[in-house]
Amino acid sequence: MCKAIHPDPMDLSVPSVGAICVYNDMVKVARTALDLGGGQNIPVAAVATAFPSGRASMEVKIQDTKDAIANGATEIDMVIDRGAFLAGKLGLVSDQIRAIKEICGSQAHLKVILETGELVTLDNVRKASYLAMLAGADFIKTSTGKVAPAATAPVVYVMLEAVRDFYKMTGLRIGVKPAGGIRNTKDAIKQLVLVNEIAGPEWLDPALFRIGASALLNDLLIQRMKMRDGYYASPNYVTLD
Amino acid sequence: MSKFEYAPAPESAALVDISSEYGLFINGKFVAAKSGKTFITTNPATEEKLSKVAYAELADVNLAVTAARNAYVKTWSKMPPAERGKYLFRIARILQERTREFAVLETLDNGKPIRETRDTDIPLAAAHFFYHAGWADKLSYAGYGANPKPYGVAAQIIPWNFPMLMLAWKIAPALATGNTVVLKPAETTPLTALLFAEVCQQAGLPAGVVNIITGDGGTGSHLVNHPGVDKVAFTGSTGVGKAIAKAIAGTKKSATLELGGKGANIVFEDAAIDEAVEGIVNGIFFNQGHVCCAGSRLLVQENIQDELLEKLKSRISLIRIGNPMDKNTDLGAINSAAQLSRIREIADSGDIEGATRWSPDCTLPKSGYWYPPTIFTGVSQSHRIARDEIFGPVLSVLTFRTPQEAIEKANNTPYGLSAGIWSDKGSRILWTAKHLRAGVIWANTFNKFDPASPFGGYKESGWGREGGRHGLSGYLKGQY
Repeated sequence: MCKAIHPDPMDLSVPSVGAICVYNDMVKVARTALDLGGGQNIPVAAVATAFPSGRASMEVKIQDTKDAIANGATEIDMVIDRGAFLAGKLGLVSDQIRAIKEICGSQAHLKVILETGELVTLDNVRKASYLAMLAGADFIKTSTGKVAPAATAPVVYVMLEAVRDFYKMTGLRIGVKPAGGIRNTKDAIKQLVLVNEIAGPEWLDPALFRIGASALLNDLLIQRMKMRDGYYASPNYVTLD
Repeated sequence: MSKFEYAPAPESAALVDISSEYGLFINGKFVAAKSGKTFITTNPATEEKLSKVAYAELADVNLAVTAARNAYVKTWSKMPPAERGKYLFRIARILQERTREFAVLETLDNGKPIRETRDTDIPLAAAHFFYHAGWADKLSYAGYGANPKPYGVAAQIIPWNFPMLMLAWKIAPALATGNTVVLKPAETTPLTALLFAEVCQQAGLPAGVVNIITGDGGTGSHLVNHPGVDKVAFTGSTGVGKAIAKAIAGTKKSATLELGGKGANIVFEDAAIDEAVEGIVNGIFFNQGHVCCAGSRLLVQENIQDELLEKLKSRISLIRIGNPMDKNTDLGAINSAAQLSRIREIADSGDIEGATRWSPDCTLPKSGYWYPPTIFTGVSQSHRIARDEIFGPVLSVLTFRTPQEAIEKANNTPYGLSAGIWSDKGSRILWTAKHLRAGVIWANTFNKFDPASPFGGYKESGWGREGGRHGLSGYLKGQY
């Protein structure tokens, strides 16, 4: 949790992360640690609804979500039922998202994970993006990080087009979160270029664009140190946890 | 607005050594013009002088054609075809090895973005040599008889829009089929052809097989009219193409002509709009619209016009215009002052005739020749901007209501080079393609080129095909 608050302990000017994303049972642990360590402003996000497979009854998914919120999660990362989506049961997928959204209410932001690696086609990515947005998603997220391929450029491209078009239709700006597969700074910059050119500069904001950065953070720190010092430091200068 | 500025990423001009003066490449050597005359070639993005180039007149054309004839009679026609192929493979490999040098030189002399010369022009030029190298010893299997024969000496005249690529389109099939060549690059873009002459030396190509003479339309006229020429291949304007056809009428000479176009890019209501927008941008702004097969007429189904135009305009607003050597540049310089004034003149007629002009908010560099990306809406078939080839970054937008109307409008032009179809429905694409009178038709893409795919026009867009098996026929006797 220290690293979330101060990603580079040697340089306190490095901003904190956008959120900490954990499994349900770690929500309370993360919240407590952040509060004690001076990270009161960093939200805790919980992966919910039988993450990552989404294979559980609706009762379990609802309870999973309620529990996470009760323990202090202010963001819920739900997974869609890919089996139902691919079988054409779009109404069922939509109903499930709406049910979770209702529980989130005003207490928690809802991110809907499409798991694009299992949707396979870009047509499906577009369709699932719209389904999630119409059902009340605050964010659409590419992946759980457990399936490859994850946040590939074409997938993010299509999702950014979807939020752009949805904004034109409804006036609502929905966030996008690529997660999984963005491991270095160069890839992250490419993602930012996509955001800037497709959705537009309004989306260059943590409230509307986040990168799942578990693997990325250390490379960002190394590159930042390089810009400051003029040479590459050993990876041992960034911490592993 | 801009949280996110892009830093300049210029390619280094030092990657290529430009001589202060170039001679004519005749019989394997660089020689001065007999008259000693020269002309200047400049960088259209800066108007700075790049080099001084020899100006070929009749005496020089005589020397070049004689060199090509001697090389044909004494060397090239006697060489086993597989050996010819080896030279072509060698040239192709050298082009790949020196690809960045060619890309930089092409950008400096032509004004087109380095992104295009690096990723399209030069790689495709090398690909044409590789492709035709393979044909050299397999001509008996091309479907032109058991032992097809070359013409002899081919006179080739190429334009300034794709100098190196058009050189490859011309020289590769000519050599593969056993002809020798006298090639004249365009007056404003001679440098990559002269660098190619160095490649011929480097490859050990026998002297006189390829001769490169620089000059203007006068030089070209001497070449076309030379009695020692057996075959004329020309890419350029329809006006000059007609003059060449007249000049060779009644002679033994055969001709391949790749001329102008006014390509229709047809977007049906069921098209993937974002994809179509990318294709429209590629179709008209690739190479500043200096493309004979440009999709310069957008035919959009009326019920999606508003949505499409809104998306198109926001996409065009992202186009980066400026230093062609910058790797981020999308739209480079117009090739010459003359071309710029032609673009201005025709585009201005759009204003006068009542079409609505739109360009994004963009600043153009102060020196050099520049024209902003421009679209005209409310265009009708009778407007000059819908009929004349502008050869610049200017798109005319027309609408249609039924597929039949789209076909009628698309075909209602003296040209017939290219067309694009955007639809999610396969049967509609096939039906439309069948009824379009255009030599090259792309479906859900645009400006895709491959050496194996024949390219050429209907009607006033030209005679013959270049590329693929079909393109070989232009250099084989008795095949048309």
